[in-house]
Amino acid sequence: MAETPSHREPILELKNVSSHYGPVRALEGVSLTVHQGEIVTLIGANGAGKSTLLMTLFANPRATVGEVFFAGTKITHLPTHRVSPLGLALVPEGRRIFPGMTVIENMELGRTALGQQRQKVNLEFLYNLFPILKERRGQKAGTLSGGEQQMLAIARALMSQPRLLLLDEPSLGLAPMMIRKIFALIQTIVQSGTTVFLVEQNANQALQIADRGYVLVNGQIRLTGTGHELLTNPEVRQAYLGKLTHRE
Amino acid sequence: MGAFFIQPLITAALVLVLTAPISGLVLDGYRFDLHWQPPLWLALAAFFIHVGLILIRRLLRPGQKAPPQQNSRQIHPTVLRTATILLPLLGLLLPFFLGKYWLTVAILALIYVLLALGLNIVVGLAGMLDLGFVAFYAVGAYGYALGQEYLGLGFWAALPLGASLAAGLGMILGFPVLRMHGDYLAIVTLGFGEIIRLILNNWVSFTGGPNGMRVDSPTLLGLEFSRRAKEGNVPFHEFLGIDYSSNHRHIFIYLILFLVVLATLSLVTRLKHMPLGRSWEALREDEIACRSLGINHVTVKLSAFALGAMIGGIGGVFFAASQGFVNPTSFTFFESALILAIVVLGGLGSIPGVIIAAIVITVLPELLRDFSDYRVLVFGLAMVCMMIWRPKGLVQNRRPVFQRRSA
Ligand SMILES: Nc1ncnc2c1ncn2[C@@H]1O[C@H](COP(=O)(O)OP(=O)(O)O)[C@@H](O)[C@H]1O
Ligand SMILES: [Mg+2]
Repeated sequence: MAETPSHREPILELKNVSSHYGPVRALEGVSLTVHQGEIVTLIGANGAGKSTLLMTLFANPRATVGEVFFAGTKITHLPTHRVSPLGLALVPEGRRIFPGMTVIENMELGRTALGQQRQKVNLEFLYNLFPILKERRGQKAGTLSGGEQQMLAIARALMSQPRLLLLDEPSLGLAPMMIRKIFALIQTIVQSGTTVFLVEQNANQALQIADRGYVLVNGQIRLTGTGHELLTNPEVRQAYLGKLTHRE
Repeated sequence: MGAFFIQPLITAALVLVLTAPISGLVLDGYRFDLHWQPPLWLALAAFFIHVGLILIRRLLRPGQKAPPQQNSRQIHPTVLRTATILLPLLGLLLPFFLGKYWLTVAILALIYVLLALGLNIVVGLAGMLDLGFVAFYAVGAYGYALGQEYLGLGFWAALPLGASLAAGLGMILGFPVLRMHGDYLAIVTLGFGEIIRLILNNWVSFTGGPNGMRVDSPTLLGLEFSRRAKEGNVPFHEFLGIDYSSNHRHIFIYLILFLVVLATLSLVTRLKHMPLGRSWEALREDEIACRSLGINHVTVKLSAFALGAMIGGIGGVFFAASQGFVNPTSFTFFESALILAIVVLGGLGSIPGVIIAAIVITVLPELLRDFSDYRVLVFGLAMVCMMIWRPKGLVQNRRPVFQRRSA
C-alpha cells in the first residue's frame, strides 16, 4: 500500500465541504484528498451522500460551505460544464449513457471536454481495454447489456483523457463476474496513469483494490485509512461487510 | 392461413369507412347520390396491396423471424449518390412543367419542408416540444411586410432581416424556457405563439390588424416580375423580350426557395454529424450526463431554438413573397400543430421522413380538394393509424452504421 505522499499537492482536495438540497443537508464538513496515481475509495450506505459528494465537485449542487480544489484550481463555484475541461471525468451513478445514440457517438461526446483542441484521442487504447465496444460501435447504446453499458460509460469518460476519473457505483446492478471484470479494468486504468476516485457500496471489492478509503455516514466522514486498515476495521466489517462471512 | 387475411381485411374495412363519404357521396344539384363502386374499388385495392406487402415481407425474410440485419437496411451508396444528384435536378426542372395552380402548391410544399426542417431541430433533435413554432413563421412573414412598409426593404433585404428577427426572438423565448421540460415547455411555447398572433392582430396602427398587409414580389437583379414595372424600372419579361406570364414570378420564387431548401438541408444533415448536432441529441437523452461531460446546456439549447426559429423565419419571408399578402389568420395554432404533425409523422429527427411528410401533407389535401371538409378528419385518422403501426414515424431516424473492416 502506498504511503500518502503528504509533501505533494493533492490532485483533488475537499476542505470542510457542506452541500444542501434546499433545506436538506446532504454533506457536512467533508474533507478529503486524492493524490496523483492513487485509487481512493469512498464507501457508505445508501443515502449517505456519496453521489452528492461527486456532484458537488460539478457544482450540482454547489457546496454551501467549504472549498473544492482540483490540481490547485479552486472549482467550488465553477459552472458544471466548465469542470470537466480541467481534467475531471465522471462516470455517473446508473451509467447515464445516451441510449438512442450509437456506441461510437456516445464515446465521441465524451471528447467534448477537450474543446477545440481536437486532439487525436487514442481510440485504440480504449478499444484494447474494451474490445466489446469496438465490436458494438455501430449499435445503439441502449441495446447493450448492463455491464457493456458500464464499460461504455467508463470509455466515454476516458475519452477526455482525464487526470482524475470519478466512478459512482460502477458495480451497481451487475452480476458478480461482470463486477470482477470492471474492477480489473479499473486497476488497468490506474496503471496507465489515471488517478481514480471510486465510490462504492460494494465495500469489500472496493477496499481490496484501493490505496486509501473514506467511510461516509450521514454526510460526514466517519473513518479513513488505507484499504487494508479499513478492511480489517471491526466497525467497517460490522457495518459494510456483513460480518465478513466471505473473506477472500 | 386465416390470420394471413385478417389484417388486409381490416385494412380494407378501414379504407371503406374512410373513403366512403369522400368518394361515395356525389353532389348532384342539391342532392347527394350514393355511389358504392369507388369506395369498394379502393377497399379492394387496399386489400390486395396489404396482401402484396405481406407476401413481399415473407419473400424477403424466409425461414426464421430473425430481426433484419442493420447493415442490409442501408441504402446502397451508388443509389444514394445518384439520388442526391438526380433529385435536386428534377426539383429544379419541375416548375417549368407546372401550371400556375400546382406551382403555388409546390411552393407551399417547399415552405412546409423548410418549416418542418426548422421545427425538427427543436423537437426532433433537441427534444424540446415547441407548440408555438408558428410565431417565428409569422415574424419572418411580417418582417418582410413591415420592413417593406416602414423601411422600404425589398425581398433580398427582408430575407436576412426576417431570419435574424426570428432567430433573436427564438433566443429570447429560449432563455425563460431553459429550465422547463415537456408539458410546461409546451404550454409556454403555445402561449408565446398566441401572443405573437394576438399582437399582429390587435396592433392595427402598426400591422394593419386583421386586414393584413400587402407585400411586393421579389426582384431579380432589380427586374420586377409584374406586367408593368414601377417608375423607370424594366419588367423581367420586357428585359428578356418574352411574353408576360404570371408564372414567371412563381417560378422565380420556387427556384430561390428550392435553393434555400437545399442549403438548409445540407446544413441540417451536416449539423447532425457535427458536435453541435450531437450535443442536441445528447441533451435530449440525458441532461445531467451532458453537463458533467462539459456540454454547456444553455448555449446548446439556445442554438437549437435560434436555428430552428431562423429557418422558420425564412419560411415566413417566402410565404409572404409568394402570397403577396399577409394577415394574422395564416398564423394560428392550427399551423403550429400542422408543422408538428409533419415532424411527428416523418419520424422525429429523421430528415428524409420529414421532407416526405411535408410534401404529402401539403400536396394530398390539394389532390383531395373536393373533400376539403374531411381534411382534418383524414389527418387525425392518419395520425392515429401511424401511431399504431409506425410509432416511430414514416422513416425511422436511422443511425449511421459503421462497417466492420475485418471479419
Ligand atoms: N436531487 C435531490 N433533491 C433532494 N434530496 C436529494 C437529492 N438527491 C439526493 N438527495 C438526498 O441526499 C441524500 C444523499 O443522497 P445520495 O448522495 O444520492 O446518496 P448515495 O449516493 O450515498 O446513495 C439522501 O438523503 C437523498 O435523499
Ligand atoms: Mg449514489
